[in-house]
Amino acid sequence: MCLAIPGKVLSIDEGPGRLARVQFGGITRTASLDLVPEAGIGDYVLVHVGFAISKIDEEEARKTMEALEQLADLQDELGPDPVGHA
Amino acid sequence: MKYIDEFRDPKIAHRLVEEITRRVTRDWTMMEICGGQTHTLVRYGFEEMLPRQVHLVHGPGCPVCVTPLEVVDKAIEVAARPDVIFVSYGDMLRVPGSKKDLFHVKAEGGDVRIVYSPMEALKIARRNPDKKVVFFGIGFETTAPPHAMAILQAKREGLENLSMLASHVLVPPAIRTLLDSPQNRVQAFIAPGHVCAIVGFDQYESLARDYQVPIVVAGFEPLDLLEAINMLVTQLEAGKHEVQNQYVRSVTRYGNIGAQRAVQEVFELCDRKWRGIGSIPRSGVRINSKFAAYDAERVFGLEDGGAEEPKECIAAQVLMGLKKPLDCPEFGTRCKPESPLGAPMVSPEGACSAYYQYKRHLAPAVTRMGMD
Repeated sequence: MCLAIPGKVLSIDEGPGRLARVQFGGITRTASLDLVPEAGIGDYVLVHVGFAISKIDEEEARKTMEALEQLADLQDELGPDPVGHA
Repeated sequence: MKYIDEFRDPKIAHRLVEEITRRVTRDWTMMEICGGQTHTLVRYGFEEMLPRQVHLVHGPGCPVCVTPLEVVDKAIEVAARPDVIFVSYGDMLRVPGSKKDLFHVKAEGGDVRIVYSPMEALKIARRNPDKKVVFFGIGFETTAPPHAMAILQAKREGLENLSMLASHVLVPPAIRTLLDSPQNRVQAFIAPGHVCAIVGFDQYESLARDYQVPIVVAGFEPLDLLEAINMLVTQLEAGKHEVQNQYVRSVTRYGNIGAQRAVQEVFELCDRKWRGIGSIPRSGVRINSKFAAYDAERVFGLEDGGAEEPKECIAAQVLMGLKKPLDCPEFGTRCKPESPLGAPMVSPEGACSAYYQYKRHLAPAVTRMGMD
């Protein structure tokens, strides 16, 4: 129920209801931007039951991925832990 | 898809599992609240991947599962009226009421329609001015703002033939109830990312402090959840109990203020009964008196009946994290998605449904015999 899917805002109809065309992979759907007025064309938003509920912060997403990738790289360099609990 | 595929990278997932394995020194039990997260954990085989000291139990964060029998019975009562078009999310149609479900009402000639968004209910109301359109508005904090927006829009338009049978619940009072239970064994929580996208995570600070449990707000992809588990294990091993936000790309401390205002305008706090758990004070919201004309319970004078849960269903213990679906003798035999005894087998977010989909081969032999 709380499922929300990230999609890219393709266009916005600035009439009442501020409806946007949002692309999810190969599918495009209409979603209301009323709850995320700061979202603009090209932004990624989380869409839940036809409403964007949050704008995805691209910078924070990049940082999260970088930290995860660094963890993977660091472990590559160190090799397996000889005294670990695995 | 962007923001999905990269958070499913198997190489990083394995590294995170190694990291968790390296850190953990003793048994820890943690609960994910949200049913969407339960499905990711079960689908990707986390239990099999993670070290045996990490015990994952599944929480009550499936609105279909916790909507009380009385509310389902009210839905069935109003949906059967010849002057009503009843509009609902698909999951709710197969949830058993005390005598039947909404699919039966539809089969008997009731006008029951499935929608994806509450705004579709408005469209149906506009097109059918001679009918009363009732939308079944259930959900957690994530879904309440879209429902509030639908009611606000209906009021703006002067739509008089639309009302909502609303049953919204809130996560923090449920966590408090779980932690207050003498049977509780949960030591850490994965908080629901999309609920927190709306309400933020500030209100989780008092829970972490009062009960000394670490809480990590997490997203829904495998790497989100593995990172959250790593953060929780790190805190547990260090004896810490802080609120951390793993889902930084979508959640801020104070959440979506505009969405919270919409909810405050239309709804008010109330006590709510949770299916399988019982009544929890101030654990939900209901339509306030200013919007009474949109409240289906008032419009149709719907009253609570004294409904009883089927005794053989262990949903209550599953929702409280005390048992797992495979512990249930009815799992996969009498209780299946097409003939559920309890709501967790119905909803795509229910723990029993997740186990049926991905893990029913692990059920005891006697249960497996009843499989399709």
